[in-house]
Amino acid sequence: MRASADTGGHRGGARHLYVHLPFCASRCGYCDFVTVVGRDGQHEAYVSALLTELALERAVLAPRLESVFLGGGTPTLTEPRALSRLLQALPPAEEVTVEANPETVTPALARLLQGCGVTRVSLGAQTFQPRLLEMLDRRASPDDVRRAVYALCDARIDNISLDLIYGIPGQSPADLDADLSEALALGPEHVSCYELEAKPGTRFTHAHGAELARQATAMEWYFERVVERLTAVGYRWYETANFCRLPAAADGRDLRSRHNLAYWRGRDYLGLGIGAVSTIEGRRWRNTPRLGRYLATLAAGERPHREVETLSEPVRRSERVLLGLRLDEPLSLDGLDGALDATAVERLERLGLVDRRHGAEALALTERGRFLGGGVTAELLA
Amino acid sequence: MDQNRIRNFSIIAHIDHGKSTLADRILELTDTVTGREMRAQVLDTMELERERGITIKAQAVRVNWKGHELNLIDTPGHVDFTYEVSRSLQACEGALLVVDAAQGVEAQTVANAYLAIENDLEIVPVVNKIDLPQADPEGAAAEIAELVGDEPGHVLRISAKTGDGVAAVLDALVERIPPPRGSAAEETPPRALVFDSSYDQYRGVVAFVRVVDGSFSAREPLRAMAQGTQFESEEVGFFAPTMRAAEALGAGEVGYVITGLKDVSRLRVGDTLTSEQRPASEPLPGYKDVKPMVFAGLFPTDSDEYPDLRDALERLKLNDAALFYEPETSQALGFGFRCGFLGLLHMEIVRERLEREFDLDLIVTAPNVAYRVLSKAGEEVEVHNPAEMPREVERVEEPYIKASIIVPKDYVGPVMELNTERRGRFDHMEYLSEERVLLLYELPLGEIVLDYYDQLKSRTRGYASFDYDLVGFREGKLERVDVLIAGEPVDALSLIVHRDGAYARGRALVDRLREEIPRQFFDVPVQAAIGSRVIARETIKAKRKDVLAKCYGGDITRKRKLLERQKAGKRRMKQVGSVEVPQEAFLAVLNLDGGKK
Repeated sequence: MRASADTGGHRGGARHLYVHLPFCASRCGYCDFVTVVGRDGQHEAYVSALLTELALERAVLAPRLESVFLGGGTPTLTEPRALSRLLQALPPAEEVTVEANPETVTPALARLLQGCGVTRVSLGAQTFQPRLLEMLDRRASPDDVRRAVYALCDARIDNISLDLIYGIPGQSPADLDADLSEALALGPEHVSCYELEAKPGTRFTHAHGAELARQATAMEWYFERVVERLTAVGYRWYETANFCRLPAAADGRDLRSRHNLAYWRGRDYLGLGIGAVSTIEGRRWRNTPRLGRYLATLAAGERPHREVETLSEPVRRSERVLLGLRLDEPLSLDGLDGALDATAVERLERLGLVDRRHGAEALALTERGRFLGGGVTAELLA
Repeated sequence: MDQNRIRNFSIIAHIDHGKSTLADRILELTDTVTGREMRAQVLDTMELERERGITIKAQAVRVNWKGHELNLIDTPGHVDFTYEVSRSLQACEGALLVVDAAQGVEAQTVANAYLAIENDLEIVPVVNKIDLPQADPEGAAAEIAELVGDEPGHVLRISAKTGDGVAAVLDALVERIPPPRGSAAEETPPRALVFDSSYDQYRGVVAFVRVVDGSFSAREPLRAMAQGTQFESEEVGFFAPTMRAAEALGAGEVGYVITGLKDVSRLRVGDTLTSEQRPASEPLPGYKDVKPMVFAGLFPTDSDEYPDLRDALERLKLNDAALFYEPETSQALGFGFRCGFLGLLHMEIVRERLEREFDLDLIVTAPNVAYRVLSKAGEEVEVHNPAEMPREVERVEEPYIKASIIVPKDYVGPVMELNTERRGRFDHMEYLSEERVLLLYELPLGEIVLDYYDQLKSRTRGYASFDYDLVGFREGKLERVDVLIAGEPVDALSLIVHRDGAYARGRALVDRLREEIPRQFFDVPVQAAIGSRVIARETIKAKRKDVLAKCYGGDITRKRKLLERQKAGKRRMKQVGSVEVPQEAFLAVLNLDGGKK
């Protein structure tokens, strides 16, 4: 395993591209991403704007990309002609991921994706319990998830990730176990498991926030259960919320998400589209979340409105720590002088939460430390 | 002035029964102040006194009435200042006992009336506020007569507010109160009782005195007999109501002596002044060094304010000889002071003055009393802080009080129940009227200091009136209860409780802490223990999960800020061993206000 000493953007260019496709059929109550409901007529215009923005930023990208990620929103809700035009116009990459909602994945869509060079699909299954899906405002049924997986397999897309959510109000331990079993039965290459968060300002938090807080203690062991079930059947818990099949069970392939690994390793990335974030050489910017404004500006051939944040050296080091410690690989301390609180490191080591490796040149969280990763990281940071 | 034409008196009244208003009317009626000078309640000078309607420092005013010199010696209105009250009373031959016509006799009236009777004062009973629509002058007169053993018909009925009957009060003072009986002879060695003092920034300690024998004048070398302090009188005089210098203060007169001393503790209330040249052989009786009985830690909320708190206490101490303080360091609360007070009101007053006059934001820990401890080694020590209590003790004594409680008869049951819970010993009960009952109890002061008064008020729907008097130290089965967080004793949380209450208090503390201390990365046992015996235990279970669920390219800034906030929160924590405890957790358990909830 390689320590992540190398910084992003080989040969001066970012090798990771994110493209935001905001369109959704409806907005889920818990979601706080930048999404747009309706506006079917604007898909083509939006794709044109994305490609204009890409052209404007082409210089920050390396000649060859490692990864492209189409996130949303619901990228697969984008009108097929527009979606395929976009995919064909994007620079090629070793890993091209598209996020999809199960109910949108038809055999035709699966073929379209495969035909446009998509190598990986991330399916938002969330749960297999109809009443919990309803609680989350999800439109897909459990059968939609299964059908989507089969359609993708038939189209020879051989890297499928399932997203699951746990900690849903009313979710019993048996529900959790059933979800994990259902997901595993589909044999996904990759699984992401997120605890449901009450994000401020969402409809969901308004309706269920108090309930979520009440059940927090009762459900705090669900995370352990998730890890236990998935690792028991040969998945690697490679990031706080992400699991993939071990190479031995995947023809020797490393199934970690290359795109997301780039974030956790502190690499540079370019983000296109409304609300998309880019981080390039110590500058981070977020595009305007407003569709109309984005389209108008790019139609005029100008860069979209952006909020820019300059990342100081100490901030960059802190971020390297907070991101790097999410991974199961040791974090090289090379270049991180001053980012860590030395007494905290010792204290947490005594508590069996962190491990110093390679003659103290790298730091890793122990298994228990990973379950407490947020608090441990807060403490470790100087 | 011929002693036969001098009358020295105090006014004894419950808070709000009209003492200050009556004093104001007396000043007006005797032309001591003109209408223009008249402010309501001229005698209460401090802002705080005016607001709380109580008098903290006794003062003395000279008025003239029909060829007589009357000295009104104002007494502090509360039991915490019993000693000052008793010195004030000792300076008098008589007392006006004022009772509100609508309220009747209250516990404080009883306590102070008994003090006056003990001091052999002639009591002139007065029913005030007869102008109020709800006044019951006859009922109040009957109660007061019962209390002092007088005829109801002998009780004066007045309205200090309208002035009705006030002249008759002055006449009664002259008629009923005996003149002073000291020796006015020139050759008699002079003696004067210091019944109070105050501190003037420019002139130093001003002693309020009652001359008993001989006379005192300015530029005279004097000596305080009990303390041995020597000084030269810079000026003598009297209050009318402002300071008026005089050539001399003669036998039987009341006035002030400016001492030039720069520290009130060098001239204590109760001491006897005499001449350095012609010293008296015997001091006047009754001097005692008042000792604080109630102790609490005072800590600045913001540790940067520690020097300000120290300066403020120094300045308060100049004017308040009874205030005691010494530096205290607490793991939980940092640097502060352990302060000793005469009682609860004294503590409240000091705290309010610190917060108001010195603009300090304070944490006041739950108060405890002074304990006298005989260690196994045979050493006797006085303990002011539970954390200092030796673990191995032979005997512990605690202060006891005699409590007077007056309640409507329907509430006798609840009051008795409360007193039993508080280890009270029933002493005496009597009907003041058909409706109202006086209960006398002996109680450990330690059972009173926390929330007794609140409990009494709530169990009697606010009808109870309560006062107390210290009666001395008694042995008690007292235990030191320590609180341990993850095996580490927390000094600030130690307490001394009676064996019978130890379990419940320990349990309550442990439960409260379990709620207040956030979960850590490891199990944290919270224990209450007597010595090595654990009497209550709870475990704050280790956190099992603490992760930020998602973190991708769009979330990094937000997640970083979240962690920075979490980190900042940790900096405000207090470290107890390896456990991080928010200061708020200590406050919840320790703070006086928190404790009252």
